[in-house]
Amino acid sequence: MSARLRWRKFVSNFMLTMTGVCAVVSVAILFCILGYLVFNGGTSINWAFFTQLPKPVGEAGGGLANAIVGSAKLLLAASLIGVPVGFLGGIYLAEFSGPKIASVVRYAADLLNGVPSIVIGIFAYSLVVLPFKHFSTLAGAFALGLMMIPITLRSTEEFLGAVPRMLREGAMALGASKWKTISTVIVPAAYRGILTAILLALARVAGETAPLLFTALGNRFWSPGWTQPTASLPVMIYNYANSPYEDWHRQAWAAGLVLLGLILIINILARTILSRGIAVPRS
Amino acid sequence: MGSRSFLSKLREGDEIARLITFLFAATVVLITVLLVYELWVNSALPRQKFGLHFFATQVWDPVMDEYGALPFIYGTLVTSAVALLIAVPLGIGASIFLAELAPPRISDALQFFIDLLAAVPSVIYGVLGIFIVVPLMRTVIYPALNKPLGFLPIFKGPSYGVGFLTAGIVLAIMVIPYIISVSREVLLSVPRDQREAALALGSTRWESTWKVVVPFAKTGIMGSIFLALARALGETMAVTMVIGNTPKISASLFAPGYSIAAAIASEFTEATGDLYLQSLIELGLVLFLLTFVLNGLARLLIVVTTQKGSGKGNQ
Amino acid sequence: MKRTAMVLAVVLACTLLTGAQSPILINGAGATFPYPIYSKWFDVYHQKSSNVQFNYQPVGSGAGIKQMTEGTVDFGASDGPMTDDQLKAFESKRGFPVLHFPTVLGAVVPTYNVKGVSGELNFTPEALAGIYLGKITKWNDPAIAGPNKGVNLPSDDIVVIHRSDGSGTTYIWTDYLSNVSDEWKNKVNKATSVNWPVGLGGKGNDGVTSLVKQTPASIGYVELIYAVQNNVPYGTVKNASGSFVKADLASVTVAAAKTVKDMPDDFRVSITNPAGKTAYPISSFTWLLIPSKFQDPVKRDAVKGFLKWMLTDGQAYNEALSYAKLPKEVVEKELKAISKVQ
Repeated sequence: MSARLRWRKFVSNFMLTMTGVCAVVSVAILFCILGYLVFNGGTSINWAFFTQLPKPVGEAGGGLANAIVGSAKLLLAASLIGVPVGFLGGIYLAEFSGPKIASVVRYAADLLNGVPSIVIGIFAYSLVVLPFKHFSTLAGAFALGLMMIPITLRSTEEFLGAVPRMLREGAMALGASKWKTISTVIVPAAYRGILTAILLALARVAGETAPLLFTALGNRFWSPGWTQPTASLPVMIYNYANSPYEDWHRQAWAAGLVLLGLILIINILARTILSRGIAVPRS
Repeated sequence: MGSRSFLSKLREGDEIARLITFLFAATVVLITVLLVYELWVNSALPRQKFGLHFFATQVWDPVMDEYGALPFIYGTLVTSAVALLIAVPLGIGASIFLAELAPPRISDALQFFIDLLAAVPSVIYGVLGIFIVVPLMRTVIYPALNKPLGFLPIFKGPSYGVGFLTAGIVLAIMVIPYIISVSREVLLSVPRDQREAALALGSTRWESTWKVVVPFAKTGIMGSIFLALARALGETMAVTMVIGNTPKISASLFAPGYSIAAAIASEFTEATGDLYLQSLIELGLVLFLLTFVLNGLARLLIVVTTQKGSGKGNQ
Repeated sequence: MKRTAMVLAVVLACTLLTGAQSPILINGAGATFPYPIYSKWFDVYHQKSSNVQFNYQPVGSGAGIKQMTEGTVDFGASDGPMTDDQLKAFESKRGFPVLHFPTVLGAVVPTYNVKGVSGELNFTPEALAGIYLGKITKWNDPAIAGPNKGVNLPSDDIVVIHRSDGSGTTYIWTDYLSNVSDEWKNKVNKATSVNWPVGLGGKGNDGVTSLVKQTPASIGYVELIYAVQNNVPYGTVKNASGSFVKADLASVTVAAAKTVKDMPDDFRVSITNPAGKTAYPISSFTWLLIPSKFQDPVKRDAVKGFLKWMLTDGQAYNEALSYAKLPKEVVEKELKAISKVQ
């Protein structure tokens, strides 16, 4: 074996080990965070946490049931707003548009992504709250939905573009129209990446506090329907973490755990429900 | 294609599809434009009063009603730069590992967990920053960097625990999941024959990965970095809890500072007085401008390097 | 595709069902400082009259004032009284004036983290002003050491910590400093957010408390509850009558009682640095901001009922949560003022 080959092999092993180190570090950080939350909040998680309304400080028990339901509602509505816009917009960019329009839309999406969440909240406030003189779940969902658009759009475009040309040409050769090709061949081929992006966007907005402060406000009670202010996990965490009471701090960490649990469940559900359908085997 | 009549195309749904998807894509642009418009209109007072001077002063005085954006711009740029410098190598490295080396089930399982990092509320990141990163900075990182390298301006001076570097580290942790998640998916979608061709030609595992697969996935990876950059620029809660919230420009990474998003998050809810409020909104506008410029520069960079490259890995 | 659509439809239907018959919801937003006691009061009141729900959210005094002025919430709360400009803005926007009702008393205390000092430090107004102006830079400065004979103060540089976000706590602190130091008044003045000469900014009372705990040789100002609940040492302050008083419920109520005879009818008053041997000099009321006219008579009666209860039975809950009670004279005056709400 020549010296050069030995060197290249060494570099190869070294760099590959380094990537392993990177992965370990990244995952280790996550487990540290999880550990902190479990250690500090785990004791507060009990059946009451999931079923009861918040109690004032000093009283044992109480839970964040309204915040859990509120967050779930907000995320559902936000997805209904953000995902179609991002997904269909991404299809346009990848399949129909010319390079100039695509460039403009991409730029706009990147700009939107960089807007601080509090500014999005203020924007949603002036569009949806002020005209109706009313904080509401819908306003909160609107703000969160806006934040989901850029990630969804860019990733949809990215993954659709990565679908091999062979698949497209094959479908066209069989006489399928453009739309049929897209819906039955290309999107399913790219669905994994797109789904990842959507779930990532959902995860991001699930933890956002600032936009909700100006739109959904918060609620100590149940919020029926969609036009009342609603409690949500991030806002409760924010309020409790900023309070001086140890008991509320613990509930905040517990709420953090529950939020992560919620996202994990959504992730798992989404991947299993939507895994039926054409699955292009991993290359 | 052109010989088919409009009606038959319509029946097949292509034109409708094009129209509908166009509308949604246009909505994105519309929203962004509307946002900028709102920011512009609601920052009229300070723009009239300060004009370009807003970019030249360091003063931020709500009582005397004098405002300047410089320290915030500086802080935003510095913290985002630090965050990317840490997160990009770490993130790309991890995504390569997960996509190329790890067995599929482990890779999937780990990815689930890394995605969870993106869902941690920024408030919790902030609190963890205060309770873990700040003491770490004061007791471990600062001595490690300041003693040997303290003559460098970026490592000079005392450390209070909070500051640019601390905020950069917290931001890095927050944006890593975006880089890993998207990059990993993009790498996974690179066709197997690319790798095999490289290996068949005698390259080592690393060489086939770094010189063939990664360039193939370059635009996707760059996209993930854009996502990370945008997140870092706009992060509010976590940054404001660990950056020290001091509107000053300092060369040292250990010094406390302020960022645009942190200032808006900190001061907006309590700001009274139209000039104060609108100055905060003008800061938002400035951030928009900053994002615009940074995105443009980054895109330029990509174009330049793609042209200069020998076309490796391009489709 | 069809399956997902069905699932979505079911979920949406469920959400519409949560809470078919809803009691009246009265929304309020404002100061963070009184959030614990307000949440206690509103909870107890809801147990009493279950057809009324008071939903209070601690978004900040300034935000509360803004939202009330816009009419997006039914009432507000603020740690600092509304300024004349804000009152005018409210009246011109809503068409009727807004009323202030003091609810509890709070105190702002100087907390610190000094090596070797676990007990109380005594602070003079000059020392506090000097520290926050950046003129007194070391812990063993004579201005600090003077009243603390017998305490071994290190020569470390003082790390000053203040609030980064606008807040009523800052208003009270700067109000006090403006009262006791002309230099402070001219250079910085009092407001919910100021241009601090020196120091790091922490977000929220909690942020300042955490920063003080984490930063050696630091000093910060926080609401009394935060210092007590977090077990951080806080010092005494020399009051206008010359005694060093530690903040506690009694000394705060004394500070309020001393100013009662000059209490204006609209209850907007500062009670920092009053005379009185046992009065704590950095105290303040916090106010509920109630519109003087309500469109909905049901809401109006609910609010009036709550105010009455709060001033009488409600005050019994204050002390358990480290808030001071309102002095008797103030309560009486307020009970009379409730009739102004129409």
